[in-house]
Amino acid sequence: MYTEESKPKLKLAVYWAAACGGCCVSVLDVHEKLFDVISAADLVFWPIALDTKYKDVEEMPDNYIDLTLFNGAVRNSENEHMAKLLRKKSRILVAYGSCAHMGGIPGLANFSTKEEVLYRIFEETESVVNPEKVRPLPECDVPEGKLELPFFYNDVRSLSQVVETDYFIPGCPPQTERLLEVFIAIVSGAKLPPPGSVIGAGTRSQCDECVRIKTENKRIRKFYRPWEIIDDGITCFMEQGVLCMGPATRSGCGYRCIKGNAPCRGCYGPPEDLNDPGAKMMSAVASIIDEEDPEEIMKIIEDVVDPAGLFYRFSLPVSLIRRKIS
Amino acid sequence: MKFNPRIIAFLCNWCSYTGADLAGTSRMQYKSNVRVVRVMCSGRVEPTFILKAFKNGADGVLVCGCHPGDCHYQEGNYRCLRRFLLLQKYITQMGIESERLKLEWISASEGKQFAELVNSFTETISELGPCMVKEQVNTLT
Repeated sequence: MYTEESKPKLKLAVYWAAACGGCCVSVLDVHEKLFDVISAADLVFWPIALDTKYKDVEEMPDNYIDLTLFNGAVRNSENEHMAKLLRKKSRILVAYGSCAHMGGIPGLANFSTKEEVLYRIFEETESVVNPEKVRPLPECDVPEGKLELPFFYNDVRSLSQVVETDYFIPGCPPQTERLLEVFIAIVSGAKLPPPGSVIGAGTRSQCDECVRIKTENKRIRKFYRPWEIIDDGITCFMEQGVLCMGPATRSGCGYRCIKGNAPCRGCYGPPEDLNDPGAKMMSAVASIIDEEDPEEIMKIIEDVVDPAGLFYRFSLPVSLIRRKIS
Repeated sequence: MKFNPRIIAFLCNWCSYTGADLAGTSRMQYKSNVRVVRVMCSGRVEPTFILKAFKNGADGVLVCGCHPGDCHYQEGNYRCLRRFLLLQKYITQMGIESERLKLEWISASEGKQFAELVNSFTETISELGPCMVKEQVNTLT
């Protein structure tokens, strides 16, 4: 007879590639609901919490893991190897968090080349003393044998640029409540959306659901950095002249930033049917400038200090011009 | 082989496209490097269009609209101007020479100016050489 006990448990894996660890912590943020999670699922691989080795994963049969939450971007050969390995071993591979979804903060390294990154870290940084200009090598011979390090790539990539990805859960980090909703849906056997969908988020833009007061007449003559202005706490950030990524960002995060009186940073990525949030943002920002003289417009635009870094903060590797051209 | 630049031009229906048409009907000769895309207004040209053109191998992008104050839709060309200036800042950050993106006002009667503009812009892009966006964006290292 089929009982609750005889029901096979879901096999769950969580992996971090080029990530800060915040995504793993957001999984831990389920708090006491963790008991519900582990009663429905066995955690088979989770480097932040369990001591499962890579070779244990390699020994698993293909499609052994039911659900893998892959967080972090693909930065080096180790990340790529694990992405390919987990793809092979998992039934459902989810890009979890902004880095796996769009490249995220590590993706900003695409503004530099590999050489620039290594030079900065190993030679130029103020706290570094390295007169012999020693750099890490992928392979190194020592008396005890050969040592290996992962190979560092020139480009940062998102998970779906490396392997086929079933779903995307956006956010930096994703809201834990959204993760639980997705998890419960998978455990209960609910019908999942078509592969390639963004799940655990809305489909519209932040502005569509934002609680701040908006008027139709947006006219800006000066842009402010958030610390240059006293926010009134109720009016749309854009109408106050503070750049907010809301117009080009997907809803579903629960407005934590805006409720905390900080403008949206765009971590949830673009809404449905929009692939380059930065381009849309430039379009939106330019539209609200209240000036017609080219020189005056230039003066106003000067306040947008770093358009590429601001508008593509989380999405550079998946944007149209996905790296700095050298 | 001599470098033959590929240039995408977005021309507004009411002034610039008619201006380009005038250049043609007046049998003016100009460089054939430019591929024209007609849009209803220069304000319709989204940054996405321009970035896509570069991504797909354009060496230069030209946007033309009605002279300031002459827009068929009152202020579409001003929107275009503001987007253009912001986009210039962005493409410079991305390592694309700002000369590769040009905005000019061409009225319906300025066929000659359009022909001259195409020639001078083609000249500028020829001197700059091929745009590396397509190559670098499509190869991962």
